[in-house]
Amino acid sequence: MGEEKKAGISRRLLLTGAGAGGAGLAVGALAAAAFGGQLPEKQATDTIEFYGEHQAGITTEAQDRMHIVGFDVTTQDRGKLVALLRDWTAAIEQMAAGQPVGGADTGSYDAPPADTGEAEGLGAAHLTVTVGFGRSLFLDEHGKPRFGLQGKLPEALIELPHFSGDMVEEQRSGGDIVVQACANDPQVAVHAIRNLSRLGFGTVRVRFSQIGFGRTAKTTQAQQTPRNLFGFKDGTANILAEDADALAKHVWVGKDSTDQPWMAGGTYMVARRIRMQIETWDRSALREQENVVGRIKSTGAPLSGGEEFSEPDFAMAGSAGPIIPVDSHVAVLHPSAHNGVQMLRRGFNYTDGSDGLGRLDAGLFFIAFVIDARTHFVPLQKAMSANDAMNEYLRHTSSGLYAIPPGIQPGQYLGQQLFES
Amino acid sequence: MTKFLAPAALLALGALALTGCTDNNATASADGSIAVSASDDACTLATGTAAGGTLKFSVKNEGTKVNEFYLLAEDGLRIVGEVENIGPGVTRDLVVMAPEGSYFAACKPGMVGDGIRSPFTVTAAAAGQEVSADRAALQQTAADQYASYVKDQSQQLLAGTEDFAAAFAAGEEAEAKQLYPQVRMHWERIEPVAESFGDLDPILDAREADLEEGQEFTGWHRAEKDLWAPKGYTKMSQAQRQQIADGLVKHTTELVTRAQALEFTPDKLANGAKELLDEVATGKVTGEEEAFSHTDLWDFQANLEGAKIAYEDLAPLLEGTDDELDAQLKENFEKLQAQLDAYRVGEGFKYYDQLGTEQVQELAAGVDALSEPLSRLTAAVVK
Repeated sequence: MGEEKKAGISRRLLLTGAGAGGAGLAVGALAAAAFGGQLPEKQATDTIEFYGEHQAGITTEAQDRMHIVGFDVTTQDRGKLVALLRDWTAAIEQMAAGQPVGGADTGSYDAPPADTGEAEGLGAAHLTVTVGFGRSLFLDEHGKPRFGLQGKLPEALIELPHFSGDMVEEQRSGGDIVVQACANDPQVAVHAIRNLSRLGFGTVRVRFSQIGFGRTAKTTQAQQTPRNLFGFKDGTANILAEDADALAKHVWVGKDSTDQPWMAGGTYMVARRIRMQIETWDRSALREQENVVGRIKSTGAPLSGGEEFSEPDFAMAGSAGPIIPVDSHVAVLHPSAHNGVQMLRRGFNYTDGSDGLGRLDAGLFFIAFVIDARTHFVPLQKAMSANDAMNEYLRHTSSGLYAIPPGIQPGQYLGQQLFES
Repeated sequence: MTKFLAPAALLALGALALTGCTDNNATASADGSIAVSASDDACTLATGTAAGGTLKFSVKNEGTKVNEFYLLAEDGLRIVGEVENIGPGVTRDLVVMAPEGSYFAACKPGMVGDGIRSPFTVTAAAAGQEVSADRAALQQTAADQYASYVKDQSQQLLAGTEDFAAAFAAGEEAEAKQLYPQVRMHWERIEPVAESFGDLDPILDAREADLEEGQEFTGWHRAEKDLWAPKGYTKMSQAQRQQIADGLVKHTTELVTRAQALEFTPDKLANGAKELLDEVATGKVTGEEEAFSHTDLWDFQANLEGAKIAYEDLAPLLEGTDDELDAQLKENFEKLQAQLDAYRVGEGFKYYDQLGTEQVQELAAGVDALSEPLSRLTAAVVK
């Protein structure tokens, strides 16, 4: 982040904003000393609390970088799987605190180091690691329960349907376990996934992994709305960490809103790699671009006027139909068109270089956290596939839905609620 | 600066009486554009006079209603240029080419009535920037020519579809396979027109992946899959083929009927040309359009022809106003055609799956080279 580079001192001491949900931040006395009078009253370090009621990396102030990975479990042994979850938990706790995996002990000179080393000196950079479970962890391809998890599959963990226009590549989709690492330093995020994958060899294998290089959502009031690769502000109307009511209604699974008590305090993650037809988009007139999005490119205001956070007026007449076209992205997906349903979006711009035809292989790695995909994602995606003018410039190349278990307390391991319920 | 009031006030006072009113909100901007402040009851231009050539009005809606801004000819009827859908608080530009003469500028708050009008004078153009006085006539000619083309192509499409449907239904596979890419060229030449009918396009031209779960797979690509059946595919029965064939003819007839009533404008032609190249870029050069028959280069050729026709109809509007763009388009159309000609085989083309990676990459680069200048055509012809 910009502030960090300017300061020219250890990132560990730096403040990058009021932080995630207040309670999640550890206090760093040194940070206050280093900044003296420049510091706002709140104190912070670059670490995000790993333990808590909910997992970190959901309402945490959206970091700038992401590395997400889907794993398939290769062992049949429930004990080995649980042992891995314990190992991961310990490693994540250390990395989230800015420490190397395995702690300070470098071990034998004749053994590979426990930590791969590339994050040394980079601090924690607001690292969060969020772990979730795919439907295929619970049931094999014949519908038989795996790992003794019979009766534990939440009804909401559905198989996402094929949506019109989907060009989903199986090898980029699904997976038994998802691990999302977010940080403000790309090397910290990649380091986390690399080390967790290493711990997993023999128990899991990597199915896909994806790097996101820039956030496309704001998740706190303090954050600016970022822009996606269409050049438009994205996530203007997102659910924010401060909005406890909206989180309770649309994101966190409550005790009474699930058939699976182990999911209380958890949520569901939808992940979709959405490639943008960058070159054809860039050749489209500003008129077309704004009519597709339904907003003004420069300011983010709806076409019905005002500023970024003005409510769109879908009834306002234009010369041919509403001034915000009915097939514009904002009109098709606005909560008012979906019984007030909202998602907590937390996606990232991605690029995987260029395709073989000299075009950018780039777009949005869409991530959303919802209380139930059946009510909060599938109907919206159906509407989008059927009616959104933006589809002309999009290609959905992956699809995944994961149950994100609740957070844990020290001494517990990630997923314990599931395996010991 | 001049300020003009709502029509009622204008009638009472007379236009001349208003000259000399000032408004501090509207100012001429550094880039030479003429600032227009449009509110619910006033339309204030930074100046009432400009030199002939390309004029740019920067219209800010200061009111609460959706506004429009027009430059009207001396008769107060003919629209020289317009910008619609200016939402409250939004600024939109109108770029228009106007020769020396008398005009009216008009804001239309709420999009109703004759608008709040004021005289606008265009003086002699600077040397070398003269504008043809019959630009409107050139625009009309372009639109008329293109309308004839659409009519012709759509009628040939219907005739060809009937032949194809008959062969397909009768199980005359060799005949149907031969007709398939040829007839589809009529569709592909006017594809943006076909796609403008959002209800018919998916019925006639959807690929299997375009469909939602449970949606019926019909149209050209349904027949394509049956004719060039992939491994493990179960062929349709005669009754099923008849049903697909009947649907093709029925919906194409409907499409052709509707196409006759379409009205064209220069921006539609230019945007349509750009969309045709987008189609090539995203569907044909990737081999995704014709996943089973691999006849993508027929479609490519047809898209290119359709775009070229639109460009040629519009070219007179570029003469003397954007010769550089004209020359660039002419050259790049020729180059891409030459690239494509290299793959001609008899009456048709090589199949997409016979092309090497390098050949596809070269074609893609040629498409990009033409698409970039083509994306600037609309702005050049509407002004």
